Amino acid sequence: MTDAPDPKPIAALADKGPTAPPRSQWRDVWDQFKTHRGALAGGIVLLFIIVTVFVGPYLWPYDATFIDIRARNQGPSLTHPFGTDQLGRDMLARMMAGGQTSIAVGLTAMLLALGLGSLIGVLAGFFRRLDGPLMRLTDLFLSLPLLPLLLVMVLLFRETLSGILGPETGIFILIVVAIGVTSWMPTARIVRGDVLALKEREFILAARSIGTTNYNLITRHILPNVMSPIMVSATLGIANAIITESALSFLGLGFPPDFPTWGRLLNDATQYLQDYPERVFWPGLAISLTVLSINYMGDGLRDALDPRIRGR
Amino acid sequence: MTLKSLLLGATAVTGLASAAWAERGADGHVNLIYWQAPSIMNPYLSGGTKEVEAASLVIEPLGRYNTKGEMVPYLAEEIPTVGNGGVSEDLKSITWKIRPGIVWSDGTAFTANDVKFTAEYCMHPEGGCAQLAKYEGVASVEVIDDLTVKVNFTDAQPNPYGPFMGGQAPIIQAAQFADCLGAKAQECTDANFNPIGTGPFKVDEFRPNDVISLSANPNYRDPAKPRFATMTFKGGGDATAAGRAVLETGEFDYAWNLQLAPDVIANMAAAGKGVAMSAFGTLVERIEMNMTDPSPDLPEGERATAKHPHPILTDMRVRKALSMAIDRNLLVEIGYGQAGRPTCNLVPAPAAFASDNTECLTQDIEGAKALLEEAGWTVGADGIREKDGKKLSLTYQTSTNAVRQDFQALIKQWWSEIGVETELRNISASVFFGGDPGSPDTFQKFYSDVEMYANNFDGTDPQSYLASYTCNKAPRPETQWQGENINRFCDPAYDELVKELGRTAELEKRGEIAKKLNDMLTKDSYTIVPLVDRGRVSARSNTLGGVELNTWDTELWNAADWYRIKE
Amino acid sequence: MLTYTIRRLVLAIPTLLFISLVIFLLLELAPGDPMAQVPLTVPPEVKEKMRLALGLGEPTHIRFLKWMWQFFVVEPMMFFDWLFGTALAEGQQRVLSWQFRSPVMDVIVQRMPQTLWVVAMSYVVGILIALPIGIYSAYRQYSVFDQTGTFVTMVGYSVPPFFSGVLVIVIFSVQLGWLPSIYDTTLVVVDWATFKQQLMQMVMPVMVLALQTTAQISRFMRASMLDNLNQDYVRTARAKGLSEWSVIMVHVLRNSMIPVVTVIALGVPSIFGGAIITEQIFKVNGLGQLLITAIEANDLPMVQTVTFIIAVLIVFFNIVADVLYGVLDPRIRYD
Repeated sequence: MTDAPDPKPIAALADKGPTAPPRSQWRDVWDQFKTHRGALAGGIVLLFIIVTVFVGPYLWPYDATFIDIRARNQGPSLTHPFGTDQLGRDMLARMMAGGQTSIAVGLTAMLLALGLGSLIGVLAGFFRRLDGPLMRLTDLFLSLPLLPLLLVMVLLFRETLSGILGPETGIFILIVVAIGVTSWMPTARIVRGDVLALKEREFILAARSIGTTNYNLITRHILPNVMSPIMVSATLGIANAIITESALSFLGLGFPPDFPTWGRLLNDATQYLQDYPERVFWPGLAISLTVLSINYMGDGLRDALDPRIRGR
Repeated sequence: MTLKSLLLGATAVTGLASAAWAERGADGHVNLIYWQAPSIMNPYLSGGTKEVEAASLVIEPLGRYNTKGEMVPYLAEEIPTVGNGGVSEDLKSITWKIRPGIVWSDGTAFTANDVKFTAEYCMHPEGGCAQLAKYEGVASVEVIDDLTVKVNFTDAQPNPYGPFMGGQAPIIQAAQFADCLGAKAQECTDANFNPIGTGPFKVDEFRPNDVISLSANPNYRDPAKPRFATMTFKGGGDATAAGRAVLETGEFDYAWNLQLAPDVIANMAAAGKGVAMSAFGTLVERIEMNMTDPSPDLPEGERATAKHPHPILTDMRVRKALSMAIDRNLLVEIGYGQAGRPTCNLVPAPAAFASDNTECLTQDIEGAKALLEEAGWTVGADGIREKDGKKLSLTYQTSTNAVRQDFQALIKQWWSEIGVETELRNISASVFFGGDPGSPDTFQKFYSDVEMYANNFDGTDPQSYLASYTCNKAPRPETQWQGENINRFCDPAYDELVKELGRTAELEKRGEIAKKLNDMLTKDSYTIVPLVDRGRVSARSNTLGGVELNTWDTELWNAADWYRIKE
Repeated sequence: MLTYTIRRLVLAIPTLLFISLVIFLLLELAPGDPMAQVPLTVPPEVKEKMRLALGLGEPTHIRFLKWMWQFFVVEPMMFFDWLFGTALAEGQQRVLSWQFRSPVMDVIVQRMPQTLWVVAMSYVVGILIALPIGIYSAYRQYSVFDQTGTFVTMVGYSVPPFFSGVLVIVIFSVQLGWLPSIYDTTLVVVDWATFKQQLMQMVMPVMVLALQTTAQISRFMRASMLDNLNQDYVRTARAKGLSEWSVIMVHVLRNSMIPVVTVIALGVPSIFGGAIITEQIFKVNGLGQLLITAIEANDLPMVQTVTFIIAVLIVFFNIVADVLYGVLDPRIRYD
């Protein structure tokens, strides 16, 4: 009892200090994201599609709008790996040119809708005073008939925008805004519903009691917790935007008719479904692959943002 | 089958009923599909083709045009002419004799009063009658006796067959529509959906824009007809689906107006369930050149008006070169197949009025280039022609329609070969063909350099059609942008010749003038560049007999004679 | 909660009146003309007369007030008359469609059966498939079931009905000849044979539409379940010894329902907006086809009435969703 050995210091305390450099939260998120196989595969596929679509046209000899009438309705061959359409335009060239527009429109319109929807949803859910007016605004937008609304937007803004920004950028902005402005409402309602429940949770009370500002509350505590419905909205939104773009072009609101996009290619090819099924296959596959890869990346991001899963 | 139809034709002529196989309702049920659904059964309230066609099953005019464009009597005993004394020598009146013994489907007698009432109904100033043009120039309609009616015109009418002739001007029952005159016409839902008629069928149930159920008219004048006891007239969907339902799945017996690419129709027909039929009328797909400047830099109210002539297209050489660069045969092959013929004429038929102009049918890229050079347009650095620092760049608009977009792409390519840059636009048909003066995208406003659409004329006489290109009919702000002279073509000589046509009664002379007018618009000035004479393609199943596709009247003009072919 | 519900319902009235005005102005401003479908052979003077006969000559505010009177006063009176056989609305002008010259409400009622059979049924089927898929996919995250489910639903969602509809028609109607490609709206179900016929014509449009609903709702269900499965209360519930079934189906599910309820409530009004493309492909001719043809024909009274009815449903179902939040999570307080 008396000659008890000297108490050995706990091993950990003997360590000199942290050996690894301090890690930021985003680095952890990235590390976790990297280990998510689905997310990684999704990222690679998406990157592949984007590179092909934006770099491909420089390498491929055919122009998307060049008509070779003698070579129309051809099946896949070495000169035309995806075949040709009813006017003899090379489908691979059209797929690449179409992809540029579809991906650009899909991504930007989705981001716009998502940003708008999340902002309105969070504000409405978090600040009781704003809830009423913002939600009535959402009701209003949900109620407006889509087609006349788009027609009015085009009527009012097309010539002005084309005048200021040039025809191509003007139409691009118009389409992106038209899709964004008409599709943010579900995201807003969903985010608001989640925020309403979240802000009554204990950790928000805790954060508030230590004097966290509203801004920090929203960005640090609320937003990461509503990430998963936002991610789902994002994946669904991009598919929607790609298809809606083709509908807009049909109304004459979108790009010129000889300008291919995936949605339009799919629509045009549906007529020929029985005779030339491969023509429907390629745009359908491209849209599905893009949406799927973004979906998996969303899954990965969601998991990476959840500290409870992280590190497991 | 040939023998059978011959026999049927024979009975149709003699009116005999062969008890063995010609009995009303003996052939059961028939299914029709129209991919545009009829919204009303009264053609006087909606000028739409689909409504006119659906109504023609139930209500009939005094006479119709047959498949050759000749007039045949329906409710009348004969077609009145100057020769038989039905039309007065001074062309100011026409007297119709009604076939005796005709009754309405409710059993009451059909009389001259119904005919007079029909004219009153449509000519009522507050009625908003869509077929008013058919009754233009009518001073009065007199009932001579129960079976005789006389139409008086204010001026000599070289073509007195507007009223009561053809699918657009059928006779409605005075008793049923008595309370529906003028503004009240809009509120008579029952009468508008279920008109009592003299035709082979009567309406059992009308569902607007969806489906019409019909059954044989028990009081139809020929006791052996119609051969079908009941009919379903389905509407909606799209042309592809309608074609598929007849040609591939055999669910329907008749599909109307299949505007589909020729190879799509051919592949469907390969299934062997039905056949696609085609016939030609006067519908011409054309490119219209804008004679005024549509530049957005001009102030609203002056843009696209006669104040500012078009900077490029006022030179005829440019217009001609644009026309020469087009290969019309290829357009037909790609877009219409058996339902199209290349044409250089605005009036492609009937033969008496059609010009023999075929000059444009061969594509001449080199000639077009030479013509542009001659006009002073030289090739610039980027392959696009220039003159005085101005690029030869055009905007080209049309309505949204798969075939039209293919045409746009093809023509853009040919024009680029001769050094013309083209910007394409497509506009939803409901905006493009709507006359909304507030929209910049209507075909009347023509805020574009060239545009493409199709137009035709009713009946067989092109007078009013050609008269629409006179100076005063140009759409402009003062007329709320309404008017038929879309290109703002203006030539006093043309106006004068149109007046002359209105004064001429002799058919041969009329033909000559009409041809001259046609040439003034097309090969002499290239204001209008006709592309394709578009026929009508409809499909019938192999078991439906008696169908004769008619482009001069409604397609269902002889539905009474249709029958089921038994295997 | 009750006072909140009542307050929201009362507040809905001015909201809806405002919405109806905005819709009306939007339709006024939109380019288009009811004469667009009249053939070009009809001369412009005649078209002008037809426009006047439709009442287009009157100023905008008069036409709006007229519509308000007809919709809010005459139509309810008509309904009352129909219920009790009275004659309150005798001689009053109802909301008339420009295309049909018939009362708008009659046509809407006529379109209800096929809309409910096809669109509503597909929504119910879609939800019934989606919920179990969503729950199980989350519970077994990254299992084969989850991966397949993700793949199928995402491909299903990215393939638009204008393609998938035609595809199933080509397979089942043209190639195999099993199912009719055209929906018969006049079919009345009276016995087993007609019921079978109804099922046969419903199955393709219902499945095509349900695919979209399933994809959407199962994704939200899965994501929301995943958020909750790792919460502390789940561990507590398990530690208490609750069965796995009651942990998942009672505790986790209830807490995960908020976004799902929102999505479902957002979708119900769109049933009454119909399914434009799918209806067109299968010739169902429900409310969606009615609305789109009315828009194409610029039949403003019809468009105005249908969109306003949808607006009423949107506002109503959003209130329902808000009330349900309070039921699902009692911590949510609105007052």
